[in-house]
Amino acid sequence: MTAAVKISNRNFSVFYGATRALRGITLDVPAHQILGIIGPAGSGKTALLRAMNRLNDLDLNCRVEGQILLDGEDIYQPDFDVVRLRKRVGMVFALPVPLPMSLFDNIVFGPRLSGIRARPCLNELVERSLQAAFLWDEVKDRLHTSALRLSGGQQQRLCLARVLAMEPEVILLDEPCSGLDPISTARIEEALITLKNEYTIVLVTNNTKQASRVADTTAFLLQGELIEVGPTPQLFMAPKDQRTNDYISGRFG
Amino acid sequence: MRISPRYTQAAAVAILGGATFVTLAVLVFIVVFVLVKGLPVVNLDFLLKNPEEMGRAGGIFPCIVGTIVLTLVAIAIALPLGVGTAIYLSEYSVETRFTRIIRFGTDCLAGIPSIIFGLFGFIFFVTTLKMGWGILPGALSLAIMVLPTIIRTSEEAMKAVPWSYREVSCSLGATRWATVLKVVLPNALPGIMTGVMLSVGRSIEETAVVIFTAGQVLQLPTSLFDSVRTMAVHFYILVREGISTENAYGTAAVLIISVLLVNTLSYWMMNRFIARRTK
Repeated sequence: MTAAVKISNRNFSVFYGATRALRGITLDVPAHQILGIIGPAGSGKTALLRAMNRLNDLDLNCRVEGQILLDGEDIYQPDFDVVRLRKRVGMVFALPVPLPMSLFDNIVFGPRLSGIRARPCLNELVERSLQAAFLWDEVKDRLHTSALRLSGGQQQRLCLARVLAMEPEVILLDEPCSGLDPISTARIEEALITLKNEYTIVLVTNNTKQASRVADTTAFLLQGELIEVGPTPQLFMAPKDQRTNDYISGRFG
Repeated sequence: MRISPRYTQAAAVAILGGATFVTLAVLVFIVVFVLVKGLPVVNLDFLLKNPEEMGRAGGIFPCIVGTIVLTLVAIAIALPLGVGTAIYLSEYSVETRFTRIIRFGTDCLAGIPSIIFGLFGFIFFVTTLKMGWGILPGALSLAIMVLPTIIRTSEEAMKAVPWSYREVSCSLGATRWATVLKVVLPNALPGIMTGVMLSVGRSIEETAVVIFTAGQVLQLPTSLFDSVRTMAVHFYILVREGISTENAYGTAAVLIISVLLVNTLSYWMMNRFIARRTK
């Protein structure tokens, strides 16, 4: 593996109050690939993901140790611009959360904050993002109705489109398909595989099958520790660690 | 002996229904009583003419203007302060002993009888700051009186906005302040409006604070330091001094109708706002 490294976690730990959610994770995220992170509930997958765009900052109980480098720059150094970071590293949450406004306004929320106001520009951005999230054909006639009226699967693709509209470099997905039916899931997976040409993707999933379908590299977390990381086929066919083997063969978790 | 659930159920319905009926009946009775006694004297002249002979004859135009101006200035002072405090408490501070003290303080403030605010306003604004009786000291005192209501309703409204909205907004590159402006405030607006409407109502109907701080001069104000007489104060003086019971009821009728109007209008505006956002 000689792929360039986009994000590099160096001996990184996360604490919520006195509980340690992550123990010294060292993990590289290769550029223009999909990194799958699997592990049972409570293994620290989400904590790791939220650390990579510093969304943990919103939780005032949360404390971190170690470094996360984005293109070689430590995102936790004191004068690092968090707002800029979050524009470069977008996030799709487990539950689709459309803001209570129209589809159009949802998608241009980020771009408008960065100062893009021209209508033609925004129109084009909306179409491009919705196309990329495989949602355009279903909603092109009702861009100005409330986003709350979409189905769950459509809402989640809207959230993906909303992140794409910010033109980030990295997309973090936190179990994006946990509430979706198989067809919607397939649509999202399809979108992700196309998107990795342009973006670096980190996909946290509860569904090991999903990781084996779309991830190039897969990491296995257990109780806040990184147990094993490797190319997806190798991790699933010939895991080095007994615990990985137990997890992917469904013995626990 | 055990009573059959059928009877307890029927009794509950009867008692709760009765309570509702009594409450509504009292309310309707008061409104109808005042309107029946007051509406006969209300006509265009009553609304638009100056009072004569201390209010025994003529209209109540200066009182209507006084009420509107005083209330508007009071809300204009209280709204930014109150919503600002609520934003700080809900969005910018961690729950600590300090914020609990602020919250406890505002709750205590809300329970203080209005005459105390009147006395404070009189001593502080009217006497110490030498403002004299006028709209500004009156509005400042009213603003202090309604601040706790605005703070608490706004804070509750903001806390009711789902946390996930804030996360999404931040993850899309919004600063804390942009999140407050674009996500928290618009979604909390109906709740904030409720607090404002309650405050408008309390300011319109307040007498004790107003007599002490805005005075009771029966003239059209020309500046913020002019004394005014609000409708509620006018009503009180007409009855207490035995000037004119008919005109007192007329004033009360106008007062009740204007409060109803303000409430209906604001609910209509709020519903339109909500409908537009969830279309």
